Amino acid sequence: MRAFVSSVYLFLYAPIALVVLFSFNAGRNASEFTGFSTAWYGKALGNTFLVAALQNSLMIAFTSAALAAVFGTMAALGMERLGTRTRAVFDALFAAAIVVPGVVIGIATLVALVAVFSFVNPALATIWPGDQPPQFGLGYGSIIAAHGLFSMALVTMIVKARIASLGRDIVEASSDLYATPLTTFRLIVLPQILPSILAGFLLAFTFSFDDFIIAFFVAGSKTTLPIYVFASIRRGVTPEINAIATLVLVASLLLILTARVLMREKKSKSGE
Amino acid sequence: MQAAMNTKRNLVTAALVAPAAAWLCVFLVLPFIAMLIFAFGERAPEGGYQAAFTFAQFANLPTRAAAFWNTLVLAPVGALLCLLVAYPVAYYLAVKANPRYRLILVSLVVVPFWTSLLVRTYAWMYILGSRGIPNLLAMIGIEDVRMLNTPGAVLLGIVYGYLPLMIMPIYVSLEKLDRRLLEASADLGGRPVSTFFGVTLPLSLPGVMTGVALVTILLLGEYLIPQLLGGGKVFFIGNALVDLFLQSRNWPFGSAIAVTLVAVVVVVLMVAMRIAWKVAGTRQVDLV
Repeated sequence: MRAFVSSVYLFLYAPIALVVLFSFNAGRNASEFTGFSTAWYGKALGNTFLVAALQNSLMIAFTSAALAAVFGTMAALGMERLGTRTRAVFDALFAAAIVVPGVVIGIATLVALVAVFSFVNPALATIWPGDQPPQFGLGYGSIIAAHGLFSMALVTMIVKARIASLGRDIVEASSDLYATPLTTFRLIVLPQILPSILAGFLLAFTFSFDDFIIAFFVAGSKTTLPIYVFASIRRGVTPEINAIATLVLVASLLLILTARVLMREKKSKSGE
Repeated sequence: MQAAMNTKRNLVTAALVAPAAAWLCVFLVLPFIAMLIFAFGERAPEGGYQAAFTFAQFANLPTRAAAFWNTLVLAPVGALLCLLVAYPVAYYLAVKANPRYRLILVSLVVVPFWTSLLVRTYAWMYILGSRGIPNLLAMIGIEDVRMLNTPGAVLLGIVYGYLPLMIMPIYVSLEKLDRRLLEASADLGGRPVSTFFGVTLPLSLPGVMTGVALVTILLLGEYLIPQLLGGGKVFFIGNALVDLFLQSRNWPFGSAIAVTLVAVVVVVLMVAMRIAWKVAGTRQVDLV
């Protein structure tokens, strides 16, 4: 059994390790390592399209994750205070946001936005006083909106689980000692749920940074890093892609490990 | 006084949930309604959508039967293959592993799930591609082996991509298993094999169900793995959708397929929940 489990770990990590190894390969061939070189990293980072795509991805991931962290936490706090029936509706919608395949989310968002724009843009053009009315179109905004949906559901789920494990008594003690609800939140609740919010933010960031399929539909003419990588793979596998892939791996690795440490802290503090 | 306080409380609650509620309405509910409307429309001559009310798009579904067939066969088969590999790993982690290293070993399983699926699938494209294993085989005299763009490559990619998601719920259900039950079974003369099939396996069924359902549902909407490892020869519903929306611009037909896909997902989910209720309450799964 040990041998089997070891081979599964090998199976999980060997392909990734191979990509990392060959990103440092001097030659082009995937079957022989002809010498150590960082040339492909230089080539990748000198590629202005790639750097622009990376910047787009970072900006989109940060914005959608930040919005999700704030609104998702607010929703988690507010849902506690809702009636059972309204809460069930929220639960169902958040579950749908997570379970519905990304390809469907992408299509539905694309279809709805295009329909709305085809109505709003001409209307805006007729009532706009100046010569150049603003034109709404697909782009950063639509990617942030679609990523924000999944991310908000994710943050709400994580923060809600944390709130559920908090003792009510400490909140009641605080209000018995004449703390206003806001003070209680600031001094008692927030410090305890902060690690979960941060973990939710990081996971949301990772999700957005790695997502290909939703962005593929709603990006319009904009390019994110996964879209760029996908397009380059289709043009042909080159060692430069190995270098980019390694950078992406390292970035998501750091994010997920930080998130796990934050979640772990929360668990040990709550005595689990 | 009481009424005023209640009003204030309700206002605060409403303010807290308002942004998320607005987001859910505008970017989840509205898009679904739009997609439903599109599914009953017609394709405009230049592509896109033209208002109409017709069932023609749904009547046209059999022309994409191959995509549905591939998805509905390879998704459950892939999930079951995942299960076969995942169960022993989850069992080892929960029951056999040294507690000192358990946390690290579990982390090593979770981490790949949160790293880019695109990159992880690309790794296999690299390995199975002509410059990878087939090239190595050619060196020892086995020529013309094609590995990429086969159903086998797609299944391999599926197992690779979704293994972590299968291991986690099974691990969670096995970890919560009461060790005393295993000891009791052994004390009563149960051999390890009969203890496993009589005690361990039935008690881990909720985790198995959760894993199979999660992986199957995600696979139903898969695009990247069949695209990169199946190379257009082994295509899923997701690939048909991308083609219809971004290439042939037949949005109404694409919407009809997407609506059908959602219906399939809902059916799978309901069947899974029905079974899960039967095999005792499911437990919450930590994906992080």
